[in-house]
Amino acid sequence: MTEFLNATFKVDYPGFALDVDLKLPASGITVVFGPSGSGKTTLLRCLAGLEKSGTMEIAGEVWQNENTFIPVNQRAIGMVFQESRLFPHLNVRNNLLYGYKRTPVDSRRLHLEAVMHVLALENLMERGIENLSGGEKQRVALGRALLTSPKLLLMDEPLAALDAQRKTEIIPFIRKIEKELSIPIIYVTHSMSEVLQLVDTMVILKEGKVVKWGPVGKVFADIQLRDAIGDQHSGAVLDTTVLEHDTEFGITRLDFMGQELSVPLQKIPVGQGLRVHIHSKDVSLATQPPDGLTSVLNILKTKVKAIGENAGYSVDIELDAGRPLLATITRKSLSNLSLQPGQPIYAFIKAIRMVHENENILID
Amino acid sequence: MDISSLDSGPIWLTLQLASVTVMILLAIGTPMAWWLAHTRSKMRVGMEAVVALPLVLPPTVLGFYLLILLGPNGWIGGPVKALTGAPLSFTFTGLVFASTLYSLPFVVQPLQSNFESIGSTPMETAESLGASRWDAFFSVILPLSRRGYLTATVLGFAHTLGEFGVVLMVGGNIPEKTKVISIEIYDRVEVLEYTQAHILSAGLLLFSFIILLTVYSINKKLPVHVS
Repeated sequence: MTEFLNATFKVDYPGFALDVDLKLPASGITVVFGPSGSGKTTLLRCLAGLEKSGTMEIAGEVWQNENTFIPVNQRAIGMVFQESRLFPHLNVRNNLLYGYKRTPVDSRRLHLEAVMHVLALENLMERGIENLSGGEKQRVALGRALLTSPKLLLMDEPLAALDAQRKTEIIPFIRKIEKELSIPIIYVTHSMSEVLQLVDTMVILKEGKVVKWGPVGKVFADIQLRDAIGDQHSGAVLDTTVLEHDTEFGITRLDFMGQELSVPLQKIPVGQGLRVHIHSKDVSLATQPPDGLTSVLNILKTKVKAIGENAGYSVDIELDAGRPLLATITRKSLSNLSLQPGQPIYAFIKAIRMVHENENILID
Repeated sequence: MDISSLDSGPIWLTLQLASVTVMILLAIGTPMAWWLAHTRSKMRVGMEAVVALPLVLPPTVLGFYLLILLGPNGWIGGPVKALTGAPLSFTFTGLVFASTLYSLPFVVQPLQSNFESIGSTPMETAESLGASRWDAFFSVILPLSRRGYLTATVLGFAHTLGEFGVVLMVGGNIPEKTKVISIEIYDRVEVLEYTQAHILSAGLLLFSFIILLTVYSINKKLPVHVS
């Protein structure tokens, strides 16, 4: 049975208001995404009990309603912020143990040994905080939060202050926490690459309101959400499985809903999952399969699902390839193809971006 | 030179007064400074002005009102007299009361700016890790405030050492009870005993300098905690 987190919050500040009604799975990683000022941090503060407002219930446990309010220090939450917020007067070990010591003995599910191991902190334990790198600090902060045995982990742009190299160091740890320790994570960010790498469920926030929430693939491909997601990231997120490696041509073949996609050779075992991002501008449409030869390797059979409204020269088409896929074409092409919802169509994919790497790889 | 005629009474009394005053000030100054640093109340500005008043008021003005307040017919002196048989004016307790008011800004202001620079994040972080507010204050805020407390203690102590006008108004000049160094110096000058006045003045000067020197060098060694 899936457990849920239900919450309604209403916060009114001069010049800013948050008004949300959420129902999220209390498992996996949920990303709250939105431009700055959209209320992401305030939402996290509400969940943490740092703002008194509204109602909240997690996995059947009431944390706050009209009559109840569990204060922040009695909530089973862990918080990780953009800055590590480690206590400078304590060394790594004592920072890690700060929350552990304050967790009732019978609520302690995670212990120092395990957390130290998961986050590879063994060699840092006796160090002072000032002698840690930015990435190490975040790992310690993560460990400190975990050692309170939280039922919910709240992360507020935890990677924003790190460079790309450090980010790729931390992301696997976050995945590992979610998988191995099965602690649901609510993760606030405005970085699309973090969204793509981490997220299962996505909440888009704009001006203090939830614009859309749902599984990432669905949210991403929603043509209504172009503004919220941003032009440069508009497109589809597809979860594929590695089928086979073709070392002769340096290609890895992926299975996507029974169809095949080819990408440059990946160092990922066969059968393992790979998430890819396909930009809507990298998808062209054709009513017929190519009768001659084409240099395009990746062609998916799809159906037109919806046609977006776009006043400019281009228009977004939502396609159904088993999962949603987005294409941006010119209005001229739209007219030439005379597309109708339900119509079968071939999607020619010019570029596929592997989400586990931070680079764009083109295949023609 | 007649050093033997120099009475050590005022020196001890002064040190006693300064120590007791600072202890009281740290105890009441901490919650005041915490409140001033974190409140969003409109009363904050008024409170800040009241705390700063002793900085600008002539000590005689403060002393005058305190004399009335602590005297046998005053709001505080009256009830105290009814209870104990004597008012607070011209007593050591009265001096402590007066010094506490007089040195208040020297303790509250450094503590306030210390708490402001620490901000609300360490407290929130500690709370999110399961600490109660008291626990968080003692386990996180206090250790991060060492510099602030050092400054507040020294400024409060040194300022109480040197007070004159308020003491004269409230305490008068009673040996062993209210006669502190600054008043003793004044007395000696009045009767033209410059040698004794010199010794006491130079002593106070040197003492104050050494304290400040010690504080600043300790302060330099203490780690700066910037969050």
